[in-house]
Amino acid sequence: MLVYTLVMLVPIFWSLGYTVFEGNPIIGFTFVGWDNILQLFTDPKVGDALLFTLKYAIVLTVGQVLVGYGLSLLYVFWLKKASGVIRTLVFFPVVLPTVAVALLFQALFAIAPQIGPVNSLLNFFGADSIDWFASGATAFWVIVIMDIWRSMGFYAVLLYAGLVDIPEEMFESARLDGASGWKLVRHIVIPLSLPVLFSSIIFSINGTLKVFDSVLALTNGGPGNTTTPLTLYMYQTSFTYGEYGYGSSIALMLTILCLLVTLFIFRSSRRDLTKG
Amino acid sequence: MRWVRRIPGWVVVTLLLVAVVYPLFWLLTGSFKTQNEFLNNPTWALPEDWTNLDNYVEAFTTGNLGIYIKNSILATVPALALTIIFGVAAGFALEVMVWKGRGTVLLLFLAGIMVPGQMILLPLFTIYFQTGLTGTLWPLIITYTAIGLPLTVFMMATFFRAVPREIFEAATLDGASIYRQFWSIGFPMVKNAIFTVALVQFFFIWNDLLIALTFTNRDDLRTIQVGLLNFTGQFGQVQYGPTFAAVCVNVFGTLIIYLFLNQRVMKGMTAGAVKG
Repeated sequence: MLVYTLVMLVPIFWSLGYTVFEGNPIIGFTFVGWDNILQLFTDPKVGDALLFTLKYAIVLTVGQVLVGYGLSLLYVFWLKKASGVIRTLVFFPVVLPTVAVALLFQALFAIAPQIGPVNSLLNFFGADSIDWFASGATAFWVIVIMDIWRSMGFYAVLLYAGLVDIPEEMFESARLDGASGWKLVRHIVIPLSLPVLFSSIIFSINGTLKVFDSVLALTNGGPGNTTTPLTLYMYQTSFTYGEYGYGSSIALMLTILCLLVTLFIFRSSRRDLTKG
Repeated sequence: MRWVRRIPGWVVVTLLLVAVVYPLFWLLTGSFKTQNEFLNNPTWALPEDWTNLDNYVEAFTTGNLGIYIKNSILATVPALALTIIFGVAAGFALEVMVWKGRGTVLLLFLAGIMVPGQMILLPLFTIYFQTGLTGTLWPLIITYTAIGLPLTVFMMATFFRAVPREIFEAATLDGASIYRQFWSIGFPMVKNAIFTVALVQFFFIWNDLLIALTFTNRDDLRTIQVGLLNFTGQFGQVQYGPTFAAVCVNVFGTLIIYLFLNQRVMKGMTAGAVKG
């Protein structure tokens, strides 16, 4: 308890304190008042980073949950009892270290010194090789693909657990009423698995807003700062440029963002549930 | 003609398995290739000599992989032990014992899950710097413990909730003190759950990059993840073999743990997510 308070709670307020200072522990602090907060709104890099974070969070959340949901439907309705082995295999990337996965994907999408498998595949179909890490737009998609690859098994198992809980009688009576295939999914499965769907969305957004490892290891925010999320920008400001105060302000902004998004989803999901 | 209708499903499953397994297989083949093979053979070619272990030797000698692994273990094991001891005790205290301010403490732990790690990074760095702890593995151990606690406490509290209250009431009547109850009744009853939680935390700590990167300022303190990140730099861009070998060691280490305990890992990770 004491340790937790010391290491977790005290620093949160300490960090709040930092936002009104400038400098770092080695050269000392000077009081600057609201300057750091104001700087947040005028710094174009913060805007870029914020935009990237939001774009990434939205694309990845949609991707993760959709792929995961598709997989879980596959597990439940198509593989049925035999899905154990496949579930286990697809879940495996979840426990892999991010750095290792990032290095692997760097090599997979590489163009020099050796043409990686992905570009080989493109060549095979007649397309030209793409230098994936040369522009922010393509690098962004590599990050997204990598993170979906890494997390799809996780969301599949999470949603699978929710789907298995739906009582078998529901399907039987729906089939008797003449529903089948897509209709069954649309009217029975989706409404009944809404709660677990919402919790995975919340979890996914919370995780993706804090993205750090995969971006750092895969592109290090580059080329330029086209793939720099808020977390990485904060890290660079604090430790590369030694501006602790400003770094704290960015961290504060991120925290508030996470809380707001979670609250927002929580609110809207609750309203939907009471209506439906 | 039932099997004809099932063909699309099999195609999806096959594609899925290829997408998950092939990158890993490619990684393994890469670790046995010589530099010459990397540059001249097509990327999907199998290594010419499956017993070529030079890359592994190189990774351990020039790459210091051994030291990185040792550091990872030295940081993970104590942090894991502390997290579990404090987490289980706190979970027990919050769920079984009745005291004033219980709700507030629970709320504080909940807040701990939401706040991103970046928020507490800078103050912690200052504290460690001023107390002279930088330059040891202690900052890692302390920080991992603090960050792992909220989730552990929550999961443990849920498990203790499942234990009937009557058992503890009976123990009180029999004259057992609260410590006795914890050690002789509470602890054994949730032993399985503790194991699951420990496994989940192990993967979190082992795969962490942010904290390890921030608090390791000397080469001989790096954990395996930070070490890997600098691997490409150390060997220059061209030496693919040793990098592949090092990634392999990292990936297949976790793979082995996962293969033996996959059901538990899946259950634990998703349980943590729903509550978080």
